[in-house]
Amino acid sequence: MRSIWRTLDPPLLRDVAAVAAGAAVNGASFGAIAVASGLAWWMPTAMSVLVFAGGAQFMAVGVVAAGGSPAAAVIAGLVLNSRHLPFGLAVGDVLGRSWLGRLVGSHLLIDETVAFALAQRDPARARAAYWACGVSLFVAWNVGVIGGALAGRAVGDPGAFGLDAAFPAALLALVLPALRDAATRRAALLGAAVALATTPLLPAGVPVLLSLFGLVAAVGGPAAASTRANQEVS
Amino acid sequence: MTLAAVLVLAVGTYAFRLAGPLLRDRVRLPDRVRDLMTTAATVLLVALVATSSLTDGRGFAGWALPAGVTVGGLAAWRRWPFVVVVVLAAATTAGLRSIGVR
Repeated sequence: MRSIWRTLDPPLLRDVAAVAAGAAVNGASFGAIAVASGLAWWMPTAMSVLVFAGGAQFMAVGVVAAGGSPAAAVIAGLVLNSRHLPFGLAVGDVLGRSWLGRLVGSHLLIDETVAFALAQRDPARARAAYWACGVSLFVAWNVGVIGGALAGRAVGDPGAFGLDAAFPAALLALVLPALRDAATRRAALLGAAVALATTPLLPAGVPVLLSLFGLVAAVGGPAAASTRANQEVS
Repeated sequence: MTLAAVLVLAVGTYAFRLAGPLLRDRVRLPDRVRDLMTTAATVLLVALVATSSLTDGRGFAGWALPAGVTVGGLAAWRRWPFVVVVVLAAATTAGLRSIGVR
């Protein structure tokens, strides 16, 4: 663990702090919305500690608030969270080989930690970024939720602060370097198109999973890309 | 929402999270497939960016949100600091909403 904290440099910590600040405010709005929908303050708090997935939490509370059953809320949340399986396949190495690291680290597998880990140049920095981002967001999100649940309706609408734009913008900034690779870019654009086209038709979460069809645009691509690069060199 | 529902959602989510790192260890995969899994994570993240900036529920999210994300994306492309990217995106969207753009 000590080596992780040595690898962390101030710019990386500053980036993590920016995302954590956004998570805290979003958490506060989740706590407030959950309490406003009739839940006791400890319910959104327990949910945030145990589930630790903002999108699924908002959705589950929203489904129940709209009159759906708890079972429907669970299913909707699980569909939304199923993307964590391919995420874990991609960045599982950053958790290290110890069981404790894996068991604790898996709980911190969220969109932001995956994006931060993928954006780093080498494995040591990826590990450091993953843990720093995961621990910071876990603390920030849960403190925010408790604060929001206790403050209740006093918390304003996060939309008024444009916070819903901060999350996609942060992810976009983190994946941008990976998109310099032509095959990855083709796959991502095709995948995003599939996700957008199917969003009006399918339950939330499924369109994002369907974006994996975009990978067909990457198969055979890297070879073609390297051939092209060689031609440019010569 | 019941405590039982919260627990089932928590256990299911954790299972999805733990499955990736464990499966990755069980099976020796060729480098080509590992590269493809990294690409898959990027594809999923870009799809998340697209859907969370353009859609709300099953409909269009309105103009203020994608405009803010676009401004943030341009700043990131110009390699402006990450904090600036995030703040610019939120400020653009908040500003547009404050003048009545949905």
